[in-house]
Amino acid sequence: MANEVCFRTLHKDRPWRLETYQSEGGYEALKRILADRTSQEEIIEAVKKSGLRGRGGAGFPTGLKWSFINRAAPGDKYVVVNSDEGEPGTFKDRDILRYNPHALIEGMIICGYAIGAKAGFNYIRGEFWEPYERFEGALAEAREAGLLGENILGSGFDFDIHTHLGAGAYICGEETALLESLEGKKGQPRFKPPFPAMFGLYGRPTVINNTETLASVPDIIRQGADWFRGIGVENSGGPKLFSVSGNVVRPGNYEVPMGMPFAELLELAGGMRDGRPCKAVIPGGSSAPVLPGDVMMDLTMDYDSIAKAGSMLGSGAVIVMDDTNCMVKVLDRISYFYYEESCGQCTPCREGTGWMHRVVHRIETGAGRTEDLDLLDDVAKKIMGRTICALGDAAAMPVAGFIKHFRDEFQYHVDHKKCMV
Amino acid sequence: MSMRSEPMVRVDRREDKDALFTPEVRREIDAWIAKYPDGWQQSACMAALRIVQDMNGGHLTRSLMDQVADYLDMPAIAVYEVASFYSMYEHKPVGRHKICLCTNVSCMINGSDGILEHLSNRLGIGFGQITADGKFSLKEVECLGACGGAPMMQIGRTYYENLTPELVDQILDGLE
Ligand SMILES: Cc1cc2nc3c(=O)[nH]c(=O)nc-3n(C[C@H](O)[C@H](O)[C@H](O)COP(=O)(O)O)c2cc1C
Ligand code: SF4
Ligand code: FES
Repeated sequence: MANEVCFRTLHKDRPWRLETYQSEGGYEALKRILADRTSQEEIIEAVKKSGLRGRGGAGFPTGLKWSFINRAAPGDKYVVVNSDEGEPGTFKDRDILRYNPHALIEGMIICGYAIGAKAGFNYIRGEFWEPYERFEGALAEAREAGLLGENILGSGFDFDIHTHLGAGAYICGEETALLESLEGKKGQPRFKPPFPAMFGLYGRPTVINNTETLASVPDIIRQGADWFRGIGVENSGGPKLFSVSGNVVRPGNYEVPMGMPFAELLELAGGMRDGRPCKAVIPGGSSAPVLPGDVMMDLTMDYDSIAKAGSMLGSGAVIVMDDTNCMVKVLDRISYFYYEESCGQCTPCREGTGWMHRVVHRIETGAGRTEDLDLLDDVAKKIMGRTICALGDAAAMPVAGFIKHFRDEFQYHVDHKKCMV
Repeated sequence: MSMRSEPMVRVDRREDKDALFTPEVRREIDAWIAKYPDGWQQSACMAALRIVQDMNGGHLTRSLMDQVADYLDMPAIAVYEVASFYSMYEHKPVGRHKICLCTNVSCMINGSDGILEHLSNRLGIGFGQITADGKFSLKEVECLGACGGAPMMQIGRTYYENLTPELVDQILDGLE
């Protein structure tokens, strides 16, 4: 069971074309909704029942998020897609945009219908030029076929979609920073509450979802909430795209049922390169605490299993590292990333990410002191829970995780001024 | 962070907007403005900056930013803020081919250090520098969302994945 939802068209020639998508059941869900005049509640209930949780990292239940919109409120409402894909290790949304853009378009239209929105924006990171052009091509095809725009398929329902291009800033993946950016400003996160469901794009009620989340919606409607839920496991409905990278034979995106044993996913990716041992795995993008390879071998790829082991499934980015990798060097790079990308609004994040990076870097370069390990833990604790957005936590968690599981290696660096590996 | 639901206000609105840019550039920017609700042309600021940067050979200048502000009825400071916040805007000249090399974790694990060394040796420049003939510049970038093809780089609008020194040579040899 693979490639059943977002990658449904992948085995076909030119999988991104409208005709390809339609040959795989594409737009049937939308057509049925418009023909039957399915009620908004019914759609939201189906999405709730499917167990679909946000694929952008936080795993928030999608149906519940949609239900927060006050559909009776007068005026504009918006559907916004988060295609800013910037969490290191994550490269799945790029392939949805390139290979199955119509699934996202259909998902956006269904979401718009369900919440009473007439317009949607897809925020694509600025570097993704090829995916942007693919998505624009798909929009043109859908408009041409009467599936998008005014009076869709003669139903009287209007919905149009526009693309917005980012310009290089990881923080714009945070949903409220993304909204600020769409409004033509610096991408600095907003205080929450109010949440986007109340005060979103242009101050209007807004649903913001990840690319993969919305691209999963058409199949939930077409094949049923139970079908979708049945693919996954308890608390983790459906299949999920896992972006596997690092020291594996066949890195790439794998759409597999949630709850698949990690060992099996690793097997799909061809196993470890050169037969080396699996030393460590970051299971959900660089913000997720690292786990030792032997711990991972006993886990399944779903929200609860990874959380129980002290990490998170996040965006589904699985970075696999063999025994040639120095954990201090890896953390040095990760901490540099968060220091670079902090937007600077909150003191604990702005200053703390700088501190953490400087200290990890001095350990990496042989100038570390024994107290540094506790100092790092302390700085990490002082950031967590004290910032406007989750980037602060995202920066602190990997630091705490690496030191917890690989303290010996950090200590060795301090004592011997060089790597263990 | 701001909590307004109204566009920013510009008191001294520029009237003769046609004089600001060539008709092609105006057409391009206008196509972006049309996507956003009436009065929210500032949403097109990011696109406008990219368009004028491309037109100017890859970097922005103070007067280009001012023209964008005039064109979109935005305070100039708001445009400078956007232009300095996002990493794809350049404020000094870059090479005709801007090479952006990802050095984030997945690429690092797969040898981006070696690719950097090869690029630096071949071009005689490091990150943040430009070759004497102005043909190439080199920039370190964060994860570009293509880690399955690590190590990777972007030149212009194109991604090049699964890099080896030989492949890098082929790619650079093929650029005008
Ligand atoms: C620093 C930071 C970066 C984020 N980057 C992304 C991203 O690139 N893509 C994404 O979909 N969500 C990202 N998120 C999560 C979003 O804030 C938000 O939870 C998500 O878009 C909601 O959609 P979902 O419920 O469908 O996952 C990020 C969050 C934070 C704090
Ligand atoms: S936590 Fe960091 S990135 Fe988030 S708003 Fe505060 S300073 Fe900006
Ligand atoms: S780490 Fe290089 S593209 Fe993601």
